[in-house]
Amino acid sequence: MNFETLVFYFLATILLFAGFRVVTARHPVHAALFLVLSFFTGAGLWMLLEAEFLAITLVLVYIGAVMVLFLFVVMMLNLNIEKMRAGFWSNLPLAAFVGLLMAIEMVLVLTVAGRTIGGAPVRHAAGYSNTKELGLLIYTDYVYPFEIAAVILLVAIIAAIAITLRRRVGTKHQDPSWQVSVKRKDRVRMVSMPAEVGPAGTGSLPPGAQKEGE
Amino acid sequence: MTDTITLLQGFFGFTWPVVSNLAKIFAIIVPLLLGVAYLTYAERKIIGYMQVRIGPNRVGPKGWLQPIADGLKLFMKEIVIPAGASKGVFLLAPLLALGPALAAWAVVPFGPELMVANIDASLLYVMAITSMGVYGIVLAGWASNSKYSFLGGMRAAAQIVSYELAMGFALVGVLLAAQSLNLVEIVNGQQGGMFNWYWLPLFPLFIVYLIAGVAETNRAPFDVVEGESEIVGFHVEYSGFAFAIFFLAEYANMILVATMTSLLFLGGWNPPIEVAPFTWIPGFFWLFAKACFILFLFLWFRATFPRYRYDQIMRLGWKVFIPVTLVWLMVVAAAMQTPYGYLFH
Repeated sequence: MNFETLVFYFLATILLFAGFRVVTARHPVHAALFLVLSFFTGAGLWMLLEAEFLAITLVLVYIGAVMVLFLFVVMMLNLNIEKMRAGFWSNLPLAAFVGLLMAIEMVLVLTVAGRTIGGAPVRHAAGYSNTKELGLLIYTDYVYPFEIAAVILLVAIIAAIAITLRRRVGTKHQDPSWQVSVKRKDRVRMVSMPAEVGPAGTGSLPPGAQKEGE
Repeated sequence: MTDTITLLQGFFGFTWPVVSNLAKIFAIIVPLLLGVAYLTYAERKIIGYMQVRIGPNRVGPKGWLQPIADGLKLFMKEIVIPAGASKGVFLLAPLLALGPALAAWAVVPFGPELMVANIDASLLYVMAITSMGVYGIVLAGWASNSKYSFLGGMRAAAQIVSYELAMGFALVGVLLAAQSLNLVEIVNGQQGGMFNWYWLPLFPLFIVYLIAGVAETNRAPFDVVEGESEIVGFHVEYSGFAFAIFFLAEYANMILVATMTSLLFLGGWNPPIEVAPFTWIPGFFWLFAKACFILFLFLWFRATFPRYRYDQIMRLGWKVFIPVTLVWLMVVAAAMQTPYGYLFH
């Protein structure tokens, strides 16, 4: 067993443990944190396969953005944990059956279909850049699937924003471009007010001394 | 130098890779922590003078020992865990804040050969690692079981995710210009004086990166996360050394952003004018000077600008910065295809 295999089993153990805890953790926030851990270990496994671009993107997109928003939502929900776990044991047999079925399907697909799994992946030379290879592939051979996926995502973004848009009356908002373009004369009016002359002998200033400059 | 290395190699035998890497890590962490300590001193002094005050001047000559005294004080204090806090997450959060702030330094080059690891996708690595820093803040806010710290954590999550996008787009511009994700190659692409640095062709992206960097580190004027006049912040329940670790993480992140800005837009270790007296000065000094300048800007911003309101922060990030970066990316990418493409390299 060389060092690489050791690292693989180390990461795989953590990944399986974290995945298990995502399902079994009592509190949803803890479950989300275990999901973060499993993403991170998954990225480590991809790094072992020399897919550094995919590994780093997994960390950047899923851990750095998606899971933060996920956590954001989970924290804000007022969850009743007891209620959520109420049907756990009665639902377990069905869920276990579905899970087992999925596992069997996966094993069938990966072994029976004549594919070879296992065996070390091909090592690449020192100058090999996974990022460049990936870029060349998605912008040449797979350009249409890639573009279609991008358009689907764009539609999803616009739809999500459209759902949240609602016109409400009575909301206040500022227009910063109007705010910064304001001039002094729009806001301040200089008024010339001659001093009132008080009764004689009270020492009021001579007329014009308090006059503000225009 | 090489003789000493072979001698050490012989002495440590097969443990040499572990020993040498540990030594490199220490060689970065120790100056970094010292830098953090004296950045807090510089901050208090500089803002003090900007506000016509003197700043700390009692501990040691001219107050030089003030950061050490502050650190000692925090170290001696008790760490209080609030009742009802989620204890494990509460203690994990400071580490999650500090870890990324230190781990990102693994790929930061201080010179053409001077770094812990020279990896191909180092720019992406820095982005990915720094994007994890937000967990410390969000979890600290949640685990404290306090409404005020929770609000701080929520604000942090929204703000950091928003500005990360603008920051990422600004970095796409840099990698378009340098045609590499490797930080050493990005700096080497900027050789030949200050007009070859990327701040000039990528000027809008430079400004966006700088301001988004201030927002990412939750510094004033983007410090709604710990806006002390309204909510105090995500670390309101932390005391003693647990609080000090958040403090360390924030300042280590500031130094990281300043160094990254110098590397990506200000030519890194290249001197501003490539003629004799400037080229004699070692490259590390130039990088240090540039990073110090950016850090000075951070402090200057804090002394100058009033805090943004939450909706203003969101507007600036989504409606100003992201369109600006997208337009400039199109300009750069289109110009690369014309005979004038050399202007952007």
